[in-house]
Amino acid sequence: MIKAAEAMVKCLENEGVKVVFGYPGAAICPFYDELTHSDIHHVLVRREDNAGHAASGYARISGKPAVCIATSGPGATNLLTAIATAYADSIPIVCITGQVSTDQIGCDVFQEVDITGAAEPFVKYSYLIKDAAQLPRIFKEAFYLAGSGRKGPVLIDVPVDIQQTMIDFDYPESVELRTYKPTVKGNTMQIKKVCEALKAAERPLICAGGGVIAADACRELRDFAEKTRIPVVSTMMGLGIFPTEHPLYMGMLGMHGVRTANEAVSKCDTMLLIGARVGDRAVCSPKFLAETTKIIHIDVDPAEIGKNIHVDIPLVGDCKNILGELSAHIDNAERKDWLEELSRVKNTVPHEDETQGYVNPKMFIRKLSAKLPENTVCVADVGQNQIWTCNNFNFKGGRFLTSGGMGTMGYSIPAAIGAKMASLESEVVAVCGDGSFQMQMMELATIVQEKLPVKIILMRNNRLGMVRELQTNQYGDNQTAVHIADGNPDFVALAKSYGINAERVCTMAEAEAAIEHLCESAEPYLLECNVWRNESTL
Amino acid sequence: MKHTISILVENHAGVLSRISGLFSRRGFNIDSLAVGVTDDPKVSRVTIVADGDEHTVEQLEKQLNKLIDTIKVKALEPDELLSRELQLIKINASSQQRSEILTICEIMGARIIDISPNTMTLEISDTTMHLARFEELIKPYGIKEIVRTGVIAIQKGADTIKK
Repeated sequence: MIKAAEAMVKCLENEGVKVVFGYPGAAICPFYDELTHSDIHHVLVRREDNAGHAASGYARISGKPAVCIATSGPGATNLLTAIATAYADSIPIVCITGQVSTDQIGCDVFQEVDITGAAEPFVKYSYLIKDAAQLPRIFKEAFYLAGSGRKGPVLIDVPVDIQQTMIDFDYPESVELRTYKPTVKGNTMQIKKVCEALKAAERPLICAGGGVIAADACRELRDFAEKTRIPVVSTMMGLGIFPTEHPLYMGMLGMHGVRTANEAVSKCDTMLLIGARVGDRAVCSPKFLAETTKIIHIDVDPAEIGKNIHVDIPLVGDCKNILGELSAHIDNAERKDWLEELSRVKNTVPHEDETQGYVNPKMFIRKLSAKLPENTVCVADVGQNQIWTCNNFNFKGGRFLTSGGMGTMGYSIPAAIGAKMASLESEVVAVCGDGSFQMQMMELATIVQEKLPVKIILMRNNRLGMVRELQTNQYGDNQTAVHIADGNPDFVALAKSYGINAERVCTMAEAEAAIEHLCESAEPYLLECNVWRNESTL
Repeated sequence: MKHTISILVENHAGVLSRISGLFSRRGFNIDSLAVGVTDDPKVSRVTIVADGDEHTVEQLEKQLNKLIDTIKVKALEPDELLSRELQLIKINASSQQRSEILTICEIMGARIIDISPNTMTLEISDTTMHLARFEELIKPYGIKEIVRTGVIAIQKGADTIKK
């Protein structure tokens, strides 16, 4: 017999967990006490949502469910935004929260909140453990659910008295869930139909989303596209699947996408959506698109197919498996005219001006990515900084992380911390604005405490730029609640107060020199770019 | 259009809130919801009557299937289902009115389950449409209280939800 708290640690060890992110409190103390006897490394964040975002970054790079921990009540509610963020982007995280003692549940005692109830709309599944003996089974199931099928966050709420209960520990080898059996293999008939439709198409297009990365199918997609010579656009979540300069790659589509990609979407006659959920920012008018285009939709989640767009050929299954099957059954093709038509648009370089005394963020991102190593993990925050990064970062084979579905400001630095923990050998760069930086700047402490050489680019335009632009364009330039200059600290001095090297640059020439410093630094580094207040997103 | 959807679920804590939460957050309107345990005590059966077009129902089925606790979802076609709803009605009834009410109950297939000097409590189990007709007939006596279970349904013939 061992304490359930010790069993929790053993469950994590059995799942191969090496790092967890969390913030302690009274209701989770039995677990923290036992964690000290384990080799699992605990990263102490400075607010609980960042534990969730860090776990998200870790999971995305390691490809396995990552763990975050919070205490009951406010600790748990602080986690909510991170859980919803992970849910929107199908990121596998296991969230462990402490809960008040079972005999006190429902009495509104100190730091009590119904967290499984609160998180219900945006978890893949949740557990409130009321029988300590079930704990090993529940942990096994939680990891399995989070990391299989359409991935997502799973919450385990463990009352403090349950953590103290003695149980027999026997970690199950497999899960028995009669109700949950994700489809892996694609239906043979449907695969045949897809091959025929693509063969008949004159201007086919692949739209790749985050599901391709989640299924570890980037190589398979590239092989398939190269064999069939079908051009590819990606959603924001699908950035990095294809190298930016690949001749078949046409960029990110959608509201904030590039012209080539959107032209490809409007001109194609057949669209193969894969691991993409036709979000409103990617496809503004799905009804119109479906009227003019034959839609093929491949997804592991059957509920995504037909949800936002009418689909002609649905195909449910794991992207990796299906792409292998498709490549095996489809013939090589040329598609010279179609590709030439698209490359003409692709090769027109947009003209850009430098504004005196400012760093042009688009040019900056291009220069930065040219200097960074191929395996760089780039984490963009939310807002203009995100779109500048999406459309100008030259992806060569590394990874791109951002909060795509929820658009959660303050994601980049904690996610970068998680990504760095998962891949110490990779360069990890977070790009944020002065707005989003201030939603997460407490995590500079975590970077320092963990001695993580995370690099931070801070685009300071003294505005909440994305909203400012929206107000300019749609509210008669009535700029309200978007001016943050008067409250902005000296960011360089702030970083230095944490012991982080930092620099401020105001011209492209200065920026280029600073990029060198950033790339050479073996320590954390913050680079503040002075950006013109009215710089446009696109 | 009204749709009757039967769902078999694991009899876990919180499963009902997961289902009802799904309806509200996806913007589906529930007319009635009935739930009870099946021959297998680990499995509950939920019957939902909801309003919506074909696309809505297809989405609903997919979203319900996606819930981890869901074993089986089946939208029952109107012409292949048998449905019942149980209703208890307390009405004003003086001693002079009793025999008249008794006649209505006999014809409509209702039972009298309780009586007091000035009230009668009636029980009827039938289709929603039949219940509505019965309610119209006894309304003139003065309805004091109505309670109903919500619709439950089963397929006609030898077919079951599992097949």
